[in-house]
Amino acid sequence: MPEPLLKVEGLKKYFPVTDGMVFWRPSAYVKAVDGIDFEIYPGETLGVIGESGCGKTTTAKLLLLQEAPTEGSINFDGSDVTSLSGSQLKNYRGSVQVVFQDPFSSLSPRMRIRDIIAEPLEIHTDLSRSAILDRVGEVMRLVGLQPDMSPLFPHEFSGGQRQRIAIARSLATETRLIVLDEPVSGLDVSIRAQIINLLEELQADLGVSYLFIGHDLATVAHMSHRIAVMYLGKIVELAESQELCENPLHPYTRALFAAALPSSPDEEQEEETIAGEVPSALNIPPGCRFNPRCPFVMSHCSQEEPELKEVSPGHYVACYLH
Amino acid sequence: MPPLLKVSGLKTHFFTFRGTRVVKAVDGIDFTLEEGETMGLVGESGCGKTTTCLSLVRLLPPAGRIVEGSIEFDGDDIVPKSASEMRRIRGSRIAMILQDPMASLNPLFSIRTQVGEPAYYHQDLHGRALRERVRSLLQSVRIPSPETRMKEYPHQMSGGMRQRIVGAIALAGGPRLIIADEPTTNLDVTIQAQYLNLLRDIQRETGVGLIFVTHNLGIVAKMCDKLAVMYAGQIVEQGSVREIFRNPQHPYTQALLGSIPKIGSKDPLFAIPGQPPNLASLPQGCYFHPRCPQVMDRCRTEEPPMVSRGGGWEAMCWLANQKEEMQGAGAAT
Repeated sequence: MPEPLLKVEGLKKYFPVTDGMVFWRPSAYVKAVDGIDFEIYPGETLGVIGESGCGKTTTAKLLLLQEAPTEGSINFDGSDVTSLSGSQLKNYRGSVQVVFQDPFSSLSPRMRIRDIIAEPLEIHTDLSRSAILDRVGEVMRLVGLQPDMSPLFPHEFSGGQRQRIAIARSLATETRLIVLDEPVSGLDVSIRAQIINLLEELQADLGVSYLFIGHDLATVAHMSHRIAVMYLGKIVELAESQELCENPLHPYTRALFAAALPSSPDEEQEEETIAGEVPSALNIPPGCRFNPRCPFVMSHCSQEEPELKEVSPGHYVACYLH
Repeated sequence: MPPLLKVSGLKTHFFTFRGTRVVKAVDGIDFTLEEGETMGLVGESGCGKTTTCLSLVRLLPPAGRIVEGSIEFDGDDIVPKSASEMRRIRGSRIAMILQDPMASLNPLFSIRTQVGEPAYYHQDLHGRALRERVRSLLQSVRIPSPETRMKEYPHQMSGGMRQRIVGAIALAGGPRLIIADEPTTNLDVTIQAQYLNLLRDIQRETGVGLIFVTHNLGIVAKMCDKLAVMYAGQIVEQGSVREIFRNPQHPYTQALLGSIPKIGSKDPLFAIPGQPPNLASLPQGCYFHPRCPQVMDRCRTEEPPMVSRGGGWEAMCWLANQKEEMQGAGAAT
């Protein structure tokens, strides 16, 4: 087994909430991410799936150091990045990049495409202007854009092309990990497949790792090597993509599969869907977080929280049933 | 008996710069919908799905105009109707569910007022009768403890619950046709499944006709009996969902079906090259030909005919036409 590129241990992020009486004294905490562990290997895609409010985006922000973790460590290439500073921190930011969901708000409308893609190069490298422009042309070709489009502004491009620009920007530096926060949810169906194929080709050619965040099971399963299922700030199941699709163990994962839309009308459909909605992260149910919605709930489930344990090689699940 | 809805030759165009530029958002579409039937209207953004829906309820923005065609609802053409006649139809016989429940609910009015409004205006219910009606509507969309919930305001509800409230408003006037414009796009997967099951149960109980606008073919596979695929303002293929999914005729339908990932499969997806066309400057011939993987010379110059395959299944493509001709020739010899 090769060394993991990124290793996250016991990562937690609590956001304080004040009741307004004494504003510096928090009355409660939103436990957005509540102790998660995972690894990403070089050239691998780890999919993270879950409903809104499960902590997917907070996890992404923690990896990008946009939020400081409350607890836990993020090891990248052997060093803990939460304690980095100076040039080492800058290095880390150069090798971990992000592509956001909405390509209409993630590109500055007042910058030309070449300046958008050149910006990370100007910050992270000491290349000359002409070398930077060469590199810009190179990454534009990589993502399937004509380099002569580089003096244009973002409004002159369609959604799919803008997403290509965002991907080009994330690749410009010597990137080793790209956080993809729902990169295709905002795109049209026919364009979605173009971007998914592009991301897969880039990974095969450049060996870059992805953290792919999504809520559409079919897309995440298609893109990822391994998948982590999150519910209310915890990973409830983690397994190889194929294994998870064939043998989902956690009741929540099964509910997600039952709720997934069929790919043809002849496919057998499960009528059973789980009831209720995701509880607020302010008010997490005691014991297993899923117990109020779980169809297999036992008396034990509301008392103690199940640990994430390995049930078969590489397949982890946090549930008392297994 | 006439069908519940019969749209024939509908053209809705947008006029800009004092009529110097015309955007043909909907350019001659025909379809019918029977009572209790669900039709999926599928296509990419800008293909005219939403304009079709807004034409059906005559709520087009000022620049848009229905220039040709008829919309027969219950055997009665609604295109020439006056604004006040339309107001009597909208909300009582035709209802609409929009994409964003936060934008379609008024934050300043209680749930009770908003759900009760159609019943107040169209069925003349007041006081206790109206309150009872609101309670039963909320119950039918599975809002827990409706008595307390109806005193609350939209911001106190979750996204899934808000969309169910919008569903209750749509049902309030006792409609025969509901038009749902991407009702689940903003919902989580498990909530989406709950909402789709709810809509299907309501349809079974009330026998209402449903038009489902979506870009998600999975929703069509789950919910719909019929499917109409739109591209650049035209319906390029329509027919029964089962038949089209098994054997799509139009290359655009084939491409759409090939571009959705399937659970458990890692095969590369079929990506349609290029971009959806600009409706203000459409290509000559078949509108899809610049992106079509099976393009022929004829497609570049001549607009293809609508070829029927029987049972209401038709496709607008020269390839389908060719097959038909070959079959016709085979039958003749």
